[in-house]
Amino acid sequence: MKTNVITPPSESNAQIQSRKGIIGGTNLFDRKIILSSLKTSVFKLDFRVQIKNPVMFVVLVGTVITFVESIAHPSLFTWTITGWLLLTVLFANFAEALAEGRGKAQAQALRKMRSETDARRMLPNGTEESVPASQLLKGDIVICEAHDIIPSDGEIIEGVASVDESAITGESAPVIRESGGDRSAVTGGTRVLSDRIVIKITAEKGHTFLDKMINLVEGANRQKTPNEIALTILLAVLTIIFLPVVVSLEPFGLYAHSAVSITILIALLVCLIPTTIGALLSAIGIAGIDRLVQRNVLAMSGRAVEAAGDVQTLLLDKTGTITLGNRMASQLIPVGNHNELELAEVAQLASLADETPEGRSIVILAKQLHNLRERNINKDHTFVPFSAMTRMSGLDIDGKQLRKGAAQATKDWCVELGGIIPPNLDAVVERISKQGGTPLVVADGPDILGVIGLKDVVKEGIKERFDQLRAAGIKTIMITGDNPLTAAAIAQEAGIDEYLAEATPETKMNLIKSEQAEGKLVAMTGDGTNDAPALAQADVGVAMNSGTNAAKEAGNMVDLDSNPTKLIEVVTVGKQMLITRGALTTFSIANDAAKYFAIIPALFSKTYPDLNGLNIMRLHSPQSAITSAVIFNALVIVALIPLALKGVKWRASSATSTLRRNVFIYGIGGFITPFIFIKLIDLVVTGIGRI
Amino acid sequence: MQFTLTISTLCIILIFTWRFLGSYITAVYTNKINYLRAAERLIFKALNIDQFGEQSWQRYTLSLVVFSIVSIFITYALLRLQGGLFLNPQHLAGVTPALSFNTAVSFVTNTNWQNYAGETTMSYLSQMVSLSVQQFVSPAVGMCVAVVLIRGIARRESKTVGNFWVDLVRGVLYIFLPLAIVSGIIFVSQGAVQTLAGPILIKNSLTHFSQTIPRGPVAFMEAIKELGTNGGGFFNANGSHPFENPTGTTNLLSIVLMLSIPVALTYTFGKMVGNIKQGFILLLTMAILFAGCLGLALYGESHGSIAISSSHVSQTISGNMEGKEVRFGTSNSALYNIASTQTSTGSVNSANDSYTPLGTTALISGMMLGEVSPGGVGSGLYTILLFAIIAVFIAGLMVGRTPELLGKKIQAKEVKLAGLAILIMPITVLVFTGIAVAIHAGQSGAFNRGPQGFTEILYAYTSQANNNGSALAGLNGNTDFYNITGAIAMMLGRFAVILPTTALAGSLALKKTVPNSLGTFKTDNLLFGGLLTGTIVLVGGLTFFPALALGPIVQSLSHKVF
Repeated sequence: MKTNVITPPSESNAQIQSRKGIIGGTNLFDRKIILSSLKTSVFKLDFRVQIKNPVMFVVLVGTVITFVESIAHPSLFTWTITGWLLLTVLFANFAEALAEGRGKAQAQALRKMRSETDARRMLPNGTEESVPASQLLKGDIVICEAHDIIPSDGEIIEGVASVDESAITGESAPVIRESGGDRSAVTGGTRVLSDRIVIKITAEKGHTFLDKMINLVEGANRQKTPNEIALTILLAVLTIIFLPVVVSLEPFGLYAHSAVSITILIALLVCLIPTTIGALLSAIGIAGIDRLVQRNVLAMSGRAVEAAGDVQTLLLDKTGTITLGNRMASQLIPVGNHNELELAEVAQLASLADETPEGRSIVILAKQLHNLRERNINKDHTFVPFSAMTRMSGLDIDGKQLRKGAAQATKDWCVELGGIIPPNLDAVVERISKQGGTPLVVADGPDILGVIGLKDVVKEGIKERFDQLRAAGIKTIMITGDNPLTAAAIAQEAGIDEYLAEATPETKMNLIKSEQAEGKLVAMTGDGTNDAPALAQADVGVAMNSGTNAAKEAGNMVDLDSNPTKLIEVVTVGKQMLITRGALTTFSIANDAAKYFAIIPALFSKTYPDLNGLNIMRLHSPQSAITSAVIFNALVIVALIPLALKGVKWRASSATSTLRRNVFIYGIGGFITPFIFIKLIDLVVTGIGRI
Repeated sequence: MQFTLTISTLCIILIFTWRFLGSYITAVYTNKINYLRAAERLIFKALNIDQFGEQSWQRYTLSLVVFSIVSIFITYALLRLQGGLFLNPQHLAGVTPALSFNTAVSFVTNTNWQNYAGETTMSYLSQMVSLSVQQFVSPAVGMCVAVVLIRGIARRESKTVGNFWVDLVRGVLYIFLPLAIVSGIIFVSQGAVQTLAGPILIKNSLTHFSQTIPRGPVAFMEAIKELGTNGGGFFNANGSHPFENPTGTTNLLSIVLMLSIPVALTYTFGKMVGNIKQGFILLLTMAILFAGCLGLALYGESHGSIAISSSHVSQTISGNMEGKEVRFGTSNSALYNIASTQTSTGSVNSANDSYTPLGTTALISGMMLGEVSPGGVGSGLYTILLFAIIAVFIAGLMVGRTPELLGKKIQAKEVKLAGLAILIMPITVLVFTGIAVAIHAGQSGAFNRGPQGFTEILYAYTSQANNNGSALAGLNGNTDFYNITGAIAMMLGRFAVILPTTALAGSLALKKTVPNSLGTFKTDNLLFGGLLTGTIVLVGGLTFFPALALGPIVQSLSHKVF
């Protein structure tokens, strides 16, 4: 079998973040989406749709009543109110349609991708038959060769291939998939670029990853999240409380010999019930999931996104999240009677053939410190590659055996050759380990020259990020296979709160359970099959798309970019979703005060002219006051759609300072804003009335 | 100047009772004190109660409801039968069915709405046994609910919330009996009457004019009337009668008694959840609301009545003295009545119906805000905690986490129960007021027409649904319509709130406690105090603003007091 393997290029963090999500790319306020949303908002004027939203349902019922009233007693006023009430419902529908719009467009694109491909199914007798991909069953064996589209999700049972997964991840560089181990999973819809693989189908019909993705972005089986349910109940309570408030005004008015028309009562009711948040609530939830999709994270449920906002403990893998993937040589320490130049020369020679990032970094360090150029080696030589057995690598040249390797392994090797261990070697090795580095011992045959210190390079800016998380009350725990000494040093450098050294799937699981026992919610990332139980146990488990199917099944989110840093963004989106709901609820309730000051004096000023003292906005007439309040109530929904879809910004800071800012903006702001705008609308309405 | 001294004295005493009574109450409900062990054991043995057996919230609530229903029946029966029973020196007849029902419900629900004049309707037995016993146990029931809710918040993953019978007995034995006895003695020392000798006939030998002066076991009833935020007095004139409230000292003592337990319970709350600051913020919220209403009443009453000023009588010095005792003056009367309406006591030392529109707004507002500043014994605390849950939920979302109150997640179930409990009162008030103003039976009860008549009816249902018991006397409540609708309003205001509250306690007790971190929404700082105040004012304001606009607000506007 030819092994035309293409190495996946390593990608910097910046590149990942700058890239748009595959299914993203469309602007939130794309014209096409706006137009189709306008159409959808009319279709949603259905009682069966509206009943799910108690607030808007009341508005719709109210609209029908004022409509009947307008026919019975037609007047410009009643028709204006009816029109604006209808617009209120339409605006709410529009917000929801707009939030769904991008997902719908994305789903359509994905569906096209799921175009009917034929699969080569292998029969038990070894022959092949061609069947449509949609008829594949779980357990079927299929064969894919270069340029084939993989028909369904599966596990490679034979072969290795480079696969273009850009259709799913948006990442154009191909990845390697091979049988056995943690890289054996393939996804339906991706394309084999080279070689031949045999795949065992692991997905049921219609339950492939692509199907799930389509359902998800489309919001087909979107369920209300726990906080959304709780908020809906509160909104229902606020709606119910205003029903007797408004209905009782009828007998109260009659007692005061001042009958109130039903149109005005309904206008008042609609103004008082929390229509702003009621109209935007579902849009906020849809937009939250959509924002994750834009970041290439697929959340299997809204519940998981919401839980991400509650997370108090983040389990972060060291490699790739906290440190750059590779260790770099950072220091050369000679031992015995050798000097640093000797050490540098041997270290460089021993690493010349070493193509790993660690090896390259040793060559570069030698050049930087002692200006040693890479030499062409003309003499007869043999490269000794690294093996798990010897745990060393190097070069045989001129009868000399130059080696670098793990401290113990190299020491053992030297002793075997009859060498004597320099007395200060152990101290140097230990010192490097304590600083969080990895010591590589360099030897020329039995003679030990010194130690190369390899160091994990902590990602730039990560410390600040952890500081922010700490300020927001989120604890970070680093998970690493390193020994405790190394782990402690890196943890300190990266500013992480705790670490789990020499982590195994069991210790990881126990850590999650003990955090949860304290009442905390835990989030983690993982990719291997042995991560699956921990991913399932964690409240938020983000599986890397590059990982196994078992990991993806166990987690409740999949990161298509396979970038563990995402976890922090997932938490941000979760928080934003909750904050947006709270902020708009506060805004909605705070609005009511101004509406009372507009409507109540207008209601009874005939019987009690003194009540005009409450007309502090000096609105022109009772009718213009009520109309202005209703218009404001409808327009504020449209005005807040961008906020609902984009989410209120969350900067990592303590709960108290976040709260103070939001209370100020949405509480105090929500109290003052309507006074200004109702007055302005009143001026406009009166102006139009004059013309 | 003298009033400033009164207020300062009151504040100093309350700070003292907050701290020490608060920690004493904590000790009572956490079984830390047992000096009446012998009496307790006797009672528990007689009632066959396992003193150490805890109940689930369902059993706790069931016990509470059964106890209350039995109490209503017994009280009803004793009132109906009083004509044939002993301790009836005036030979008063049995009370009518509708009035007996209203009164029984009224005293069992800690309302003490009185559609009768005590001295001419109730025998000594009725006053002492039927009514006074309820004045001891009904606040103890309120305490039980408050304590259960506190336990729900404080406990972790607990299936039980305490034992109703133990809480009830210990509340009466350790809190109400000793405090009532001590303060009753002070009332007696100040000249309040306490006798079973019946009314006395006074003949003036010069004018040959004779008068029957009613007397009775007044002083001790007075003590528990105020201490248990009951408010039902021996005499019709209530706290303005010199036999009930003879001196300035008893006037101040009454105010202290009304406020001390509801205020101290915030300390108990803080202590039991392990953070005194939590309780202090609740106290601060209560104090702000109280001060707001008191300020409004003082402002209104000091400006005098428009009816009097229009007849060119100067009120610059006296303020509005209509319906007030000269012994107390406007300020001390306003303070007493505000304390009484803000605590669900409902006793009065001046006539509410004669208050200026602004003063009336202040009196009724305290009730419309849900009786939380500081509210009735027990009920004030549990109601403000219900508001706290709503405030925590709305504001808590704004920090980006599932909202928590002291580590307990506030989720759909809690929002539902708290929302339900808060809904009951405004709906009851608005629906009954709406019915009463629409039908003849309701309209005919009000002495006045227009905004004042409307206010009298609105006030009646607001008072009853909040278990306050004070009234604007222009309303004649002793009709079948008012007796029955009033009793329903009182029961809804009490039990329809208690049921969701104990369910809430049960649900909270079962929960895990989320550990505190910087990301936790803090409920022990001024910001939360502000949010809680805002929530209470907003909910009360939004539900009652239209009704108030048609009553005292329009009156105020037409009196040009603003």
